Formats: sequence, C-alpha cells, structure tokens
Amino acid sequence: MPKKEIAGTVIDVDENGYMTDMNQWTPEIARELAKEIGIELTEKHFEVINYLRELAREGKDLSIRKIGKSGVVSIKEFYALFPDGPLKKAALIAGLPKPRGCV
Amino acid sequence: MSEEKLKKVCIICSKGSLENVYAALILANGARMEGIEAELFFTFFGLDAITKKKMDKLHTATVGNPSLTMPGGIPFPTLLGILPGIEAMVSYMMKKEMEKLDIPKVSEFLEIIKASGGKIFACKLAMEMFKLKKEDLFDDLDGVLTVGEFYQRAAGAQIIFI
Repeated sequence: MPKKEIAGTVIDVDENGYMTDMNQWTPEIARELAKEIGIELTEKHFEVINYLRELAREGKDLSIRKIGKSGVVSIKEFYALFPDGPLKKAALIAGLPKPRGCV
Repeated sequence: MSEEKLKKVCIICSKGSLENVYAALILANGARMEGIEAELFFTFFGLDAITKKKMDKLHTATVGNPSLTMPGGIPFPTLLGILPGIEAMVSYMMKKEMEKLDIPKVSEFLEIIKASGGKIFACKLAMEMFKLKKEDLFDDLDGVLTVGEFYQRAAGAQIIFI
C-alpha cells in the first residue's frame, strides 16, 4: 500500500491518493490535502468534512442528495466549496475512500 | 484512464418512461458530480419528465417490455401487463426500490441537477405538438430551444440520445 508524507506525518493512501485509514486523519492533513488540489479550507469546509466523516463512521454511503438534506450545506454551496467534482474532492480531503455511488 | 477529460455533455431525453428518464437524469447528475458541464434537452414524450402534472407519475411499460421480470426473476407475462392497475403497481415497486438506493423522485432530481449547475431545456416543437405552455413545465427551466439552438449550445460537447 502506498504511503504519503504530509503535514509532518505519514499516511496510508490508495493508488488515487485517498486515505485508507480515516483514523489517521487530522485537520492539518486535511489542509495540506486540500492545498494540493487548490482549495483553501475555511470553517464551512470543515463543517462539511466533519459531516461526511460522521456519515462514514455510521457506515453510510456519501451522496449529493444526503448532503443537500443535511442542513449543513446546500447543494449549490457544496459545489461552490469543492468545485469540479465536489463529492470526490470532499471525500479526499476528509480522509475517506473515493465515493463510488452514481447519485 | 484517459488524460483528456470530457468537458461537456448534452443529453437528449426523447422518451417518457421511467427507466429512460432516470437514465438521462442519472447521466446528467453524474456528469456534474465529475465536474463535467451537463445540459438536458427534453423532447417528445421526454417532456413528461418536466411536465409538472406528470413528472412524479412516470411509468415503466408492462406491455412489450421483454426485460421485465417479477420478484424472483420469473418473466413477467405480457397478458398480465394489460390488466388495469398493473402498470401503476409495477412502477410503484420500481420507485420503491429506487428510493432504497437513495435515488430521488423526478421533481427532486431536477432540482438537484439545477442546484449542481446543470441546465434543463424543453423542445419548442414538441411543446407545440403537445400543446404545452411554459407554465405547465418545471419552474426552474433554463429555456425553450429549437433544434438549431440546441446544436449551438452543444458545440464541443458529447451528445447522448436517450
């Protein structure tokens, strides 16, 4: 399994750069991962990330629809926060596996 | 994986049955999720998907649909399909299964696509044919297009016909 040095620590990632152990995640790692894809994280980003991590901990799949209904962020805002493939980018930054859902 | 990324898709939905409309909606939404521009163009019976009174009542055909099976995989007898209420029941069951997979109903799906930055258009000629006015259609429609206007918008895009 590939490893990646980031934010002064080493994390396990898959071939696409997604973290394979969400427990290795820290907000610092998130900031660095986000920077690599051109996103500067704000408070709002972290709210969304924390919500996604919560879903993942409950074993639920991530979906745009769930995010829209979460009350955390609207779908429009979500697309604005993580442009060009929001769910994938948000999952990457949140230390979660690459989402494979179709909706 | 190809290096060249798809930039834009224009999806034509010409049919009004549940499975065809969902194919169009899922492709458009999926494109937006990948950061690909997506436009939907509804024509002919596909207009049902954006007609307020019909959009959440679409059916799947129980007659002339050889792929249809009953629960357990037994082929669905066409003669059963002609009975009153059967088509509605089969469509209801399909919608229930879709809901389990977190697939929204048509009206909500259209709203999600719009919120995601996708665009939704209706075909002018088909609207005239079916005597539909703009008020009859989805409120957040991006416009009514002629075929020529559709092609202009589709410049540089991949066109998908359903």
